[in-house]
Amino acid sequence: MRYGSRVAAAILALGVGAAQAQDRIVIGMQLEPPNLDPTGGAAAAIDEVVYANVFEGLTRYRSDGTIAPGLAESWSVSDDGTVYTFHLRAGVKFHDGSEMTADDVKFSLDRARSDGSTNAQKSLFAGITDVDVVDSVTVKITLAAPNGGFITNMAWGDAVILAPETAERAATEPVGTGPFRFSRWVQGDRIELVRNPDYWGERPALESATFRFISDPTAAFAAVMAGDVDAFPAYPAPETLAQFDADPRFQLLIGSTEGETILSINNGSGSLGDVNVRRAISHAINRREIIDGAMFGYGTPIGTHFAPHNPDYVDLTDISAYDPELSRKLLAEAGAEDLTLSLKLPPPSYARRGGEIVAAQLRAVGIATEISNLEWAQWLEQVFRGKDYDLTIVSHTEPMDINIYARPDYYFQYDNPDFRNLMKDLDLASDPAERSEILAAAQRIIAEDYVNGYLFQLARTGVADARIQGLWPNAPTQANDLTGVSWRE
Amino acid sequence: MIGYAFFRLVSLCASLAAASIVIFGVIEVIPGDPAAFMLGVSATDDAVAALRAELGLEGGVTARYFSWVGGMLVGDFGTSYTYRVPVSELVLARLQVSLPLTLYALALSTAVAIPVGLAAAARRGGTADYGIMAATQLGIAVPNFWFAMLLVLVFSIGLGWFGAGGFPGWEAGFWTGVKALTLPAVALALPQASILARIMRSSLLEVLGQDYMRTARAKGLSGRQAVVSHGLRNALIPVMTILGLQFSFLLAGAIIIENVFFLPGLGRLIFQGIIQRDLIVVESVVMLLVFAVIMVTYLVDLTYAAIDPRLRRSI
Repeated sequence: MRYGSRVAAAILALGVGAAQAQDRIVIGMQLEPPNLDPTGGAAAAIDEVVYANVFEGLTRYRSDGTIAPGLAESWSVSDDGTVYTFHLRAGVKFHDGSEMTADDVKFSLDRARSDGSTNAQKSLFAGITDVDVVDSVTVKITLAAPNGGFITNMAWGDAVILAPETAERAATEPVGTGPFRFSRWVQGDRIELVRNPDYWGERPALESATFRFISDPTAAFAAVMAGDVDAFPAYPAPETLAQFDADPRFQLLIGSTEGETILSINNGSGSLGDVNVRRAISHAINRREIIDGAMFGYGTPIGTHFAPHNPDYVDLTDISAYDPELSRKLLAEAGAEDLTLSLKLPPPSYARRGGEIVAAQLRAVGIATEISNLEWAQWLEQVFRGKDYDLTIVSHTEPMDINIYARPDYYFQYDNPDFRNLMKDLDLASDPAERSEILAAAQRIIAEDYVNGYLFQLARTGVADARIQGLWPNAPTQANDLTGVSWRE
Repeated sequence: MIGYAFFRLVSLCASLAAASIVIFGVIEVIPGDPAAFMLGVSATDDAVAALRAELGLEGGVTARYFSWVGGMLVGDFGTSYTYRVPVSELVLARLQVSLPLTLYALALSTAVAIPVGLAAAARRGGTADYGIMAATQLGIAVPNFWFAMLLVLVFSIGLGWFGAGGFPGWEAGFWTGVKALTLPAVALALPQASILARIMRSSLLEVLGQDYMRTARAKGLSGRQAVVSHGLRNALIPVMTILGLQFSFLLAGAIIIENVFFLPGLGRLIFQGIIQRDLIVVESVVMLLVFAVIMVTYLVDLTYAAIDPRLRRSI
């Protein structure tokens, strides 16, 4: 009887909940964040929960990839480009009630760039020489050299502002300034956030948000279909998207990401140092076939390491157009006719499925490949750190990361002084037209050097209940910003 | 008897020590640095070094082994690299799902298997027997993840009776929790019930042919009475042995079903630990499972010895 009445009460509560306006959302994610401190780990899943929801930085990303003011209302840059003065919003409170001041900004930036820092993007802060508190709402940051990308750097999840009293516990009990407070984490299952009533900005429409972790693609499909999950913004089973598209209860969220998916070539490994061999590999690749076969048609072909939705993008796909005849000819000229290359693939489906197609395309021009499937930890050790590979497929998800080609010790071991000088010029340039020109030149150099096989820009394929509005279609940074999300009446 | 118990205790400790060395050694040679994994592709070398120091990954192998074992002896299983909470807390939370799920699945499978096995044995060679044998053969052959997906398609997506997965936690109410575990328990129970039913059947058939059963019938008991008061008890012994094995298998071996229903169970904790190179979690949880299995075996050995005096002398 007692249980009976409890069940009845539960059913009643459910009924009442359904009758009211919806102000709760359940978001599905494939991977669970290892912890919740975005300043102490690289896992994308951390930012997908806390970025713009729990933690905020001086500046922030918008859905279209542009930068907006965050905790800094405005800023000014000195004429020589080395001193940034940020004017903070007044009256911003952390979730524990304490005030966010210039001291917290200084603490956060100093912590990120200190010797013992475990920040995964420490290079974002590398140019900072001093952080000075001018008054409680003004911070002066001095750089060693001008850095045109500094405002963008401060928008990263790795540059959010924490309070000194709570920073140590951020991994398990994050305390930020964002529109949602951390409420509960049931490890392995879900994380719950609730609305922050003292938020400085516009009050979010949602009362609470739950992030649910469903790693299996089939289970993800079932969870969305059964209504256990309201939205799955990075949905892992693209083969079922057509089914959702045909169902009026659901909407597709198709957008772009910052992920340049490339066939990385180890420029330091044997005959791959020869530009003509790399050129032959690039011409052997049929991008459309890979996008259709591995990504179910979602993805934009790229001809260089740059995001097509960026205004500075130059379409250079013709430089490495699919031409197996030319490819065979180049290989013969280079004397590399019976080439056998290792192709080491990390776990994501773009790599595993794409790898099989790439291997077949290379076989067609006479290049044999030995495929090995690696876990991420193995991939990091063997390929990324050990540089023990010939070919690999990976999506470079960091925004505006063309400057990795200026690092000769980077895993694809591309060493070109001209390119490095160009990147130095870019750091010094603050005029948008000049930056645009430099970026175009940089894109062309790496395309014409055939450093890597440029495959496609990873699409963001999501699915959500048709009544939800305000979710980001694009992923300019890894985030599920819930600030503007609501249910349609 | 005391001598026997002592001897078994010494061999138990030796087994545990050997297991700890094997587990630590295997984890040690797995490629992949946890700190590098956590900080990803853009990390600077000094940030990785700082994290390694923070996680206690620096230092010699021997020193780290003894600090791990020493910690476990006083009940400290270490702190998860990735979650940054004590491993014991993680394990306790996961047991709240895995233990009830295991018991639920075993209860279901026993409740189905014993009557079914009895029915098959009673009608040996009849249509019912052939039907049951065919059905249980199918139950063993069907992969349980596939059966699980079928259950989700029918009962969650089609009929909407159950959620597609997840576990709301016991604080959401006892029946809510039971409801969330029902489909997974059914999926887990199917193959176990099929195995149990077949064992029940053959074990009962064997017992029915024993002399004491004939004696029971001869002293005037009906067939049913003889089976219930003499046959069943003896026939259940092999069934109980299998049940014990299934219990320890299900506790951490339900990982595929945990994935299909996205349940936060013990199996997925170990799996995630391996993927994320959260090695301390893997080491400590595997060690705990080894401990549980060895303890159960020890108790079973003692029970056997108490029942059968020959075992005590045979050492």
